[in-house]
Amino acid sequence: MSKEGGADYDAIVIGGGHNGLVNAAYLARAGKRVLVLERRHLVGGATVTEEIYPGFKYSVCSYVVSLLRPEIIRELDLPSHGLEILPLNSTVTPLPNGDYLARWADHDHTRRELYRHSARDAEAYDDYGKLMYHLAFAVKPIMAMVPPDPTSLSPKDLRGLLKLGRHFRSLGEERFHALFKLMTMSASDFLDEWFETEPLKATMSASGIIGTFLGPRSPGTAYVLLHHYMGEIDGAFRAWGFARGGTGAIAEAIAGAARRFGAEIRTEAGVARVTVKNGRATGVVLESGDEISARVVVSGLDPKRTFLKLIEADQLPTDFVDSIRRFKIRGSSGKVNLSLSELPNFTCLPGEGPHLRGAISISPSVDYLERAYDDAKYGDFSRRPYMDIIIPSMIDPGMAPPGKHVMSIFVQYAPSDLKGGWDETRREAFGDAVIDTLAQYAPNLPGAILHRQVLTPWDMERDIGLTQGNIFHGELSLHQLFFLRPAPSWADYRTPLENFYQCGSGTHPGGGISGASGRLAALTVLQDWKR
Amino acid sequence: MLRGTPFHSRTGALCQSQNWRRWAGYVVAGSYELTHDREYYAIRSSAALIDVSPLHKYMIRGPDAVRFLDRVVTRDVSRCALGQVLYTPWCDETGKVIDDGTLARLGEETFRLTAAEPNLRWLHDNAAGLRMTIEDVSDSTAALAIQGPASREILSGVSDAGVDGLRFFRVTSTNVRGIPVTISRTGYTGDLGYEIWVDSERAEALWDALMEAGGPYGITPAGILALDVARIEAGLILIDVDYVPAHRALIESRKSSPFELGLGWTVKLNKGAGNFVGSKALEQEKRRGSEWQFRGLEIDWQSLEKLYGEVGLPPQLPTVAWRTSVPVYANGKQVGYATSGCWSPILKKYIALAHLQSGHAEPGTKLQIEVTVEHHRKRAAATVTETPFFDPERKRA
Ligand SMILES: Cc1cc2nc3c(=O)[nH]c(=O)nc-3n(C[C@H](O)[C@H](O)[C@H](O)COP(=O)(O)OP(=O)(O)OC[C@H]3O[C@@H](n4cnc5c(N)ncnc54)[C@H](O)[C@@H]3O)c2cc1C
Repeated sequence: MSKEGGADYDAIVIGGGHNGLVNAAYLARAGKRVLVLERRHLVGGATVTEEIYPGFKYSVCSYVVSLLRPEIIRELDLPSHGLEILPLNSTVTPLPNGDYLARWADHDHTRRELYRHSARDAEAYDDYGKLMYHLAFAVKPIMAMVPPDPTSLSPKDLRGLLKLGRHFRSLGEERFHALFKLMTMSASDFLDEWFETEPLKATMSASGIIGTFLGPRSPGTAYVLLHHYMGEIDGAFRAWGFARGGTGAIAEAIAGAARRFGAEIRTEAGVARVTVKNGRATGVVLESGDEISARVVVSGLDPKRTFLKLIEADQLPTDFVDSIRRFKIRGSSGKVNLSLSELPNFTCLPGEGPHLRGAISISPSVDYLERAYDDAKYGDFSRRPYMDIIIPSMIDPGMAPPGKHVMSIFVQYAPSDLKGGWDETRREAFGDAVIDTLAQYAPNLPGAILHRQVLTPWDMERDIGLTQGNIFHGELSLHQLFFLRPAPSWADYRTPLENFYQCGSGTHPGGGISGASGRLAALTVLQDWKR
Repeated sequence: MLRGTPFHSRTGALCQSQNWRRWAGYVVAGSYELTHDREYYAIRSSAALIDVSPLHKYMIRGPDAVRFLDRVVTRDVSRCALGQVLYTPWCDETGKVIDDGTLARLGEETFRLTAAEPNLRWLHDNAAGLRMTIEDVSDSTAALAIQGPASREILSGVSDAGVDGLRFFRVTSTNVRGIPVTISRTGYTGDLGYEIWVDSERAEALWDALMEAGGPYGITPAGILALDVARIEAGLILIDVDYVPAHRALIESRKSSPFELGLGWTVKLNKGAGNFVGSKALEQEKRRGSEWQFRGLEIDWQSLEKLYGEVGLPPQLPTVAWRTSVPVYANGKQVGYATSGCWSPILKKYIALAHLQSGHAEPGTKLQIEVTVEHHRKRAAATVTETPFFDPERKRA
């Protein structure tokens, strides 16, 4: 690391997504002069709240939080900056036959409900929960660790690998096998070993397909089931929920912490490229043409943008550029946000009830999900898509005017490579398919819509800066995780360029509002600084 | 939401305290009156009516029913006579207790098993290839315990033949005022008493019949607070309180074998039917000796008086049974933990049930138990005892 003075800042963080903000906060906390440069008029990236229709606040992209690292909440003291996570603890799956399947906060209540569908599943559910609890406990250290490089013989990497090995041995045979299955099987096959109730399997397997270009029957999707249980064992009690004020409030809280530590945050300051001299990053050039120098540059953008757009290709080793090009980042998700004049009235559970304060999942069967995937496989959006719905205004009344509501609908699949390409018409046709599907379960919905915002991968790329609209900065499939994320030998937040680091979701441990990448990258930068 | 039992229309009307407790997804009365004393004394001196419907109940039928049950439970089912009831735990492969309950032989090939936790999946998993069926009748069968010295007279007065001569841990089918029931001479109080099993649809009528017939004998509806005191006096263990069911335990050390729960007498290693689930591990444990024992503790009154005297108070004892883990010491070193305890109104003793390391479990051993005296942790003297603490002759007579 260069010690020369004269640079405008100690560190520039490109992109004010939550990871960039976390990174900046930790660097500033260590006494560094930090500048965050965000292209948009507000920080947060995929973690923003915006009032697009007056009086109604949309959690535009991400909508629930479960993986936010407890050490970040603690170390940045986020509650003092306004972080409030409200409980969201039921999931209801309406069924086409007018019935439903619910999982409630209360254990007995859930058991009764599952029992209604299958006595066996009601009991298996507890055993399954226990296994996942153990496995999540086993995998947890990985989430908070800089990936060691298995091909390296450096003492640090070896120590890391050894620790991991020992850790997994302590799992015991039976659970180790289960973990191995989880790593290799499809969510649907894995769940088949446990349950017989279709909507239960479908709704659970849905968490394995979120953000991937895979179906519930694709191998490798089982692993993501684990993520669901991570939050439970992670110290931050009840961290699974809805952030008061929408997920934008999380970004605002982190930004508040960063500012308190002295970081400067500039919006509407898109970065055009990183300046490189003799294999070293020296600063950035803004889209406005302004140049700012810094001793260290950290990118919070996805790997494609970071290495293929901000850096001239000839500055990077060819094999590295190749692996970044191969990095899979297909988008598969859409989002529909609605302003509503009244609550949806679900045929299966008429009226206003506790189900409207939790998640509503359109996932009646594994076949249904797989069919939705089939559409996408062949370049179309799903005619009958999978949806994960919440009504934020039922949890935080401040999200909409009194008596009115907002609805957040996460949708799959909307392939980034739509046959014939996305345009406004196709986007609205996709929005129509979503509303049309939902109307089968809540017939009053179409008539209650005051405003609708539809986001396809195309919109997410243009508006939020997510390459191909991939919600996790790169698919969370096994060949792109841990020491392979985003590229072999470059999973420790460093890059082939000196003084240039990466801290976005495209690095370990990957997507979701966790802040882990931002934090681990900052610790790595600070470690190098000491050399 | 939480559900009332089939007796709820009756218990709800009587529950003046509005003290409701959760039990297996149901609500049942904690106590009917504002304090549970009278309800407790009904169990010991007249008769108490206790709603025990939340128990899980499984009907097991078929030519292989005996074979199946012998494979699952620790008792020897092949030696269970028609009309007999066995109290039994059942274990996982490592010989740790999953649950405990009663097994009633209602017919040559028909049994009813009660359980505290849902066990359908476990039973099914062990039934592979056998000619029998398992039916979960938990919701369709209501259960009512009538316990106490007057219970026999009350019950014989309203039922067709069969109750008077019914022996301890036997079961019979009969009618109570025309309502078909099965009656077993069992219970969770260690007293003379019966449990009555009835179709849920007829539950209210059964309740009314017993309340009416029991009136002259002072029959009293009793809640689970009173029951808890009685079962501790009787030395009867409670799942999730005195032991963690093996299937729920997150770590190995939370599990207990039958030997470690004072249930060694239920482990029949030489059954005619051969091995059962966990028998190998239990055989080894028997040879090796168990690490833990389950015993009674009698807490020394003078020692309590002394500790409280130091702060200027007479001994203050909990008015209801407690269900927390309390450390037990020998010479300053922790050698175990008590899991439930209460003041025994009938024995006038402060008693507890405890897990003790085997070296410290001989009856008569002097130990210390933690007591919190005015916010300070102290240790009172306690003596290891056999259970039951209370065992009246009428229980079996
Ligand atoms: C529709 C959708 C739903 C989701 N739902 C959930 C959910 O419910 N729960 C959950 O945990 N996760 C969810 N996610 C994933 C989660 O939101 C992301 O993984 C996470 O927010 C990414 O954070 P980040 O800081 O790594 O990157 P980003 O949020 O993508 O931040 C990158 C930032 O860089 C900025 N930028 C881009 N280019 C430039 C440039 N040239 N110069 C300067 N700035 C630039 C962008 O504007 C952006 O602010 C969802 C994502 C999407 C898209």
